[in-house]
Amino acid sequence: MTIRLGGIIFGLVLVGILMIWSFVPDTLKYSTPVKQPYYAFHEDKLKPAGGFSFDGLGGTWDNQQLQRGYQVYKEVCKSCHSLKFVAFRNLAELGYSEEEVRAEAASWDVPGLNEYGEANLRPAEPTDYFPSPYPNEIAARAANNNALPPDLSLITKARPDGSNYVYSLMQGYVEPTAEDLAKAKELGGGTEWETPTGLYFNEHFYNANIAMPPQLYPDLITYADGTEATPEQMAQDIAAFLTWTAEPSLVARKQTGWFVIGFLLFGTALGFLSYKQIWADKKAKKKAA
Amino acid sequence: MSFPWANQYEPKSDFTKWIDQKLPLPRLIYDAVGGGYPVPRNLNYMWNFGFLAGLFLMIQIITGVVLAMHYASDATVAFGSVEHIMRNVNYGWMLRYAHANGASFFFIVIYAHIFRGLYYSSYKAPREMIWLLGVVIFLLMMATAFMGYVLPWGQMSFWGAKVITGLFGAIPFIGEPLQIWLVGGYAPNGATLSRFFSLHFLLPFVILGVVILHIWALHIPGSSNPTGVEVKSESDTLPFYPYFVAKDGWFLGLVLAIYAAFVFFAPNVLGHPDNYIEANPLSTPAHIVPEWYFLPFYAILRAFTGDLVIPFTSVVIAPAKLLGVIGMFGSILVWFFLPWLDKSPVRSGSYRPLFNKFFWVLVLTMAVLTFCGGAPAEQPYILISQIATAYYFLHFLVILPIVSQIEVPKPLPFSITEAVLGKGADETVAKPAVTDTPSSDGDLPGGALQPAE
Repeated sequence: MTIRLGGIIFGLVLVGILMIWSFVPDTLKYSTPVKQPYYAFHEDKLKPAGGFSFDGLGGTWDNQQLQRGYQVYKEVCKSCHSLKFVAFRNLAELGYSEEEVRAEAASWDVPGLNEYGEANLRPAEPTDYFPSPYPNEIAARAANNNALPPDLSLITKARPDGSNYVYSLMQGYVEPTAEDLAKAKELGGGTEWETPTGLYFNEHFYNANIAMPPQLYPDLITYADGTEATPEQMAQDIAAFLTWTAEPSLVARKQTGWFVIGFLLFGTALGFLSYKQIWADKKAKKKAA
Repeated sequence: MSFPWANQYEPKSDFTKWIDQKLPLPRLIYDAVGGGYPVPRNLNYMWNFGFLAGLFLMIQIITGVVLAMHYASDATVAFGSVEHIMRNVNYGWMLRYAHANGASFFFIVIYAHIFRGLYYSSYKAPREMIWLLGVVIFLLMMATAFMGYVLPWGQMSFWGAKVITGLFGAIPFIGEPLQIWLVGGYAPNGATLSRFFSLHFLLPFVILGVVILHIWALHIPGSSNPTGVEVKSESDTLPFYPYFVAKDGWFLGLVLAIYAAFVFFAPNVLGHPDNYIEANPLSTPAHIVPEWYFLPFYAILRAFTGDLVIPFTSVVIAPAKLLGVIGMFGSILVWFFLPWLDKSPVRSGSYRPLFNKFFWVLVLTMAVLTFCGGAPAEQPYILISQIATAYYFLHFLVILPIVSQIEVPKPLPFSITEAVLGKGADETVAKPAVTDTPSSDGDLPGGALQPAE
């Protein structure tokens, strides 16, 4: 009884304080965060027509596409972005033969030591990981107007809806529409939206001002398989490749999933039947209405 | 400790007889989760979650021990070692996803288990100790899960750790030195990571120990049941094996299939993308959120946005942060007092018309708090979580005691057998072991047959 009475009194006092807070001015000091003007530009992400081959419950890799995406990475992205969790040996999963992987690795230079123990560059082995374009973060920032190009190994998992995010971001360098600018002005308390010098407007970047310049132009690269290199195509290919780098086990995972769930459901069905059998005479008989 | 009609363990072979004399472990298991444990026959599927919780604890321990073989708790390599598990360890991705989603499912199962206890008042006498131990397990689980989420050393790991350990800094006077001592520095760092790893490895075994106490305490009065009427005679119960093993078993398969659907088809939906960015003390994420299972409590923490001052002056009695911390811990600590706050003699919410309505309002409040905890710290979410927080405390501290005082419960069935098989079944199925009629004010615990120790 004491606890109940104490509880009631304590609870009423607590709720009373909360009420006073809400109704007596100045008792409650609200800090209301203002909505930033860049909220005006958050557009829905673009999705490639027909989606990605790895989408859905039975998704598979499109090795041709992954190889094209690797080519985009090698010819465009790698000049600024590292891929530190991926090794050259992993390229075998894209359908390259062992010799091709070896040759591909050898076309990259990685930091090594010469016979005197001095730092040098040597051709990569399949066991090496992709080298970073910069020796360290300071060098990377110095070369990029103080922005740090993120490592791309996990980028599609590090952003919501990552595959579509990369696909959208690569194509997000557009002119802001008049309505969006008006909305941004309203959110910003009347200040005109302005993209700072050295940054680029990208409607899919979280604050719409990205440090990375637009990258994809028509026929920027010549695909080894003859596919036409439109920006849309390249964006799709690099998004697919970076989905693979973020999760090489994605397809194996889904395929294993079917087997595991099938096995569990089979076991569940057997378990349910034995449950019915065991309980048969313990349940109430349904009364005839 | 069981009912007088419980089956007795009878070793058959010479070997089992020999074991039974030297170390009666098979007998203990038989009496705990075998044919020797009589269980009310009317349990519904909400009673499956205790068994499931034990199973998910085992899944977490097994996957966790294997993951620990490949993980390195050093701040410079921790993030990379998790990627090493994902990419280079055979089926490492499966182990890690099973462990991460296993934590989520452990909490889903535990929340179902707790809310079953709240609805059917499983915390009432004679089962207070089971409930109290259960709250202890829940607190230990929260600590374990929080520290586990820090281990991948991603952005959310780091900033989540910073926010949560920062809460200790709100304690007056000793807060700051205490926080520095707990964290091993001014902000989470390598020392924090290795001590969290050590504790994250230790605490599950502490949980296992308290689980054993929880089950021990359960076996003294026996399981509760959906009518809340105590067991009176043999016809009220069925042995755990095979009846409840079969029932738990097939339901377990179903839950594991749903769990597998998450592990294999949507392993990251319950996590946060920012945790795939390596921890960076110099870059704060736009919006720090804990794991989904902490969201209701996080919403209560954030509901306290203002310092408490004496009205019309600027004398601060308690800063907002301290109030939030008190609110958050208080929201769980209040569960410890439940057995004494709710004094209605009727246990089951199904026979309590008024309580029933408030129970579902509480469930709704928890859902609202979960939503607000995940929403950005902006209006109207702050105001909504403030109202929900106030209601949360009102429910436990004011509504429950008053409702249990004024409510007129519905008539209870005479016995579990009657509830299952209909009136008059008691006479035809078996003679009741006790012939006393329930007293007028419902089914007082003392009126029921207590199992022999």
